[in-house]
Amino acid sequence: MSGTSRAALSVDGLGKRFGDRIAFENLTFEIDYGEVFGFLGPNGAGKTTTVRTLGTLIAPTSGSATVAGIPLAPENGVEIRQRIAIMPETPGLYSRLSVAENLECFADLYEVPDPPARIERALRAVNLTDRANDPCGTLSKGLRQRVALARALLSEPEVLFLDEPTAGLDPAASREVHELISTLGQSGVTIFLTTHRLEEAERLCDRVAILNTTLQTIGRPEELRDRLFAKALTVRTAAALSDPDHVLGGQPGVEGWRQDGDGTYVVSVADAAAAAPAITRALVAAGADVLTIAESHHTLEDVYLELIDQDREVSPA
Amino acid sequence: MSRRRIRAIVRKEIRTYRRTGSIVWAMAVIPFVFVVQPLISVFSLSSQAAMQLSHRHELLYMLAIPALVPVLLASYAVVGERQDGTLEPVLTTPISREELVLGKALAVFVPSIAVAYLVFGVFLAVVALFAHPGVSSAIIRGPDVLVQVIFTPLIAGWSIWLGIAISTRVNDVRVAQQLSVLAALPTVALTTLISLNVIHPSPQLAIALGVVLLIGNRLGWRFVSSLFDRERLIASVR
Repeated sequence: MSGTSRAALSVDGLGKRFGDRIAFENLTFEIDYGEVFGFLGPNGAGKTTTVRTLGTLIAPTSGSATVAGIPLAPENGVEIRQRIAIMPETPGLYSRLSVAENLECFADLYEVPDPPARIERALRAVNLTDRANDPCGTLSKGLRQRVALARALLSEPEVLFLDEPTAGLDPAASREVHELISTLGQSGVTIFLTTHRLEEAERLCDRVAILNTTLQTIGRPEELRDRLFAKALTVRTAAALSDPDHVLGGQPGVEGWRQDGDGTYVVSVADAAAAAPAITRALVAAGADVLTIAESHHTLEDVYLELIDQDREVSPA
Repeated sequence: MSRRRIRAIVRKEIRTYRRTGSIVWAMAVIPFVFVVQPLISVFSLSSQAAMQLSHRHELLYMLAIPALVPVLLASYAVVGERQDGTLEPVLTTPISREELVLGKALAVFVPSIAVAYLVFGVFLAVVALFAHPGVSSAIIRGPDVLVQVIFTPLIAGWSIWLGIAISTRVNDVRVAQQLSVLAALPTVALTTLISLNVIHPSPQLAIALGVVLLIGNRLGWRFVSSLFDRERLIASVR
């Protein structure tokens, strides 16, 4: 990695307006080299515009950024674009040209040394060597997405922007793309992944940011869950407890509880591992037939929906 | 300025033209129309008509080919890629707008010139071989051939810049093609009026027009490059 700054991407107060309309504003974050960073948000949140801005296709209206170690400025556009690659949401392949011809064109645009070897390597990375001579117009959507990914890999970029790489793909094709991204992440490529597929981000990303015009939160998926939701145990008994407050409320480490249906209780605790044995003993002592006791698991989707809902309440449309 | 990047664009465009039936047809039909009419009029003339022909410049009528063929191709160059969604990936590469615009222009220039010279050559050959000797000598005149050879690339270049400029600014391929043909009409009108001797051709006029076209072509590249706004083309700010 040849960047002059430590971070692959460093963004400080970045914003973009189109006239009166705010695409995104006041973005501040850093991404380390080799990190897989998820950029989540609903449609119209500004994800694609952020990618285009960091990719020098669009000029920011406020703030500053460093991309692959180079300050984001119009005069640095060519240099930045030499170090990054962007895979847009739609593959944008030349349908009348073959896979190899598409890649050959882009290998020359990036002026990569030894194009045939690079093309071969990129095609191997996406398992498409046997389709090299097929016209892109004849490929399925999933295969086209893989060609677009191969195209993005040609220049061996320091930072790879993937904009909704699985949009419109069926589950099998999505899984193939996930595996490719996962492999790339393991090989040390810095990946900036925009998506609104939360399971995708949870599975692939080291850290995620949630954007809804402004940055809502940023962190590791598990950190975000812990930050937003109290730890809890879900207790299920064969029948409803006659005095749940006495049984559950009085235990050490229990911060509160609520009933969630017949015989199901959600108990807020400071430390799930420490509280679970005491609660189990109390339930048995109270004569309850315990069916299950397990730590409540919040998904990234819970975090996302909670934050987006909070944002809607703060700034109603 | 990277020759390799310009070459990449030229090669990609020419491969696409070759495999797109509508483009091949457009490149064939326009020259056909502009060569058939002169041929019919030439073959319907007797040798006595040679005097009448000496006041006209039939060859220059075919300068409409380098005016119309490239403008149609060039009008598709940017807006077509935008509609197909293939422009954004190209703009994410290190290519500069000057390189991209020059690559697109050369990709139109090469086949347009080839077609224009081919048709011109075929016309000369057919007239020389099959027309009445008096008629052929009245039509095939050294200065007219020279003007045709020199002005074909100059007019093609001018039409290309017009077409790409329009293609860069409009949002629909059909609109681009219609506006481009309209924009090429003054050139066609001028060459037609000269060929019919309504505007009397002279060495001074040829030099003046040649200089204007040379300067226009030189400035055209810079001007069209300045129109090429990545942000507007990508973000569709209209």
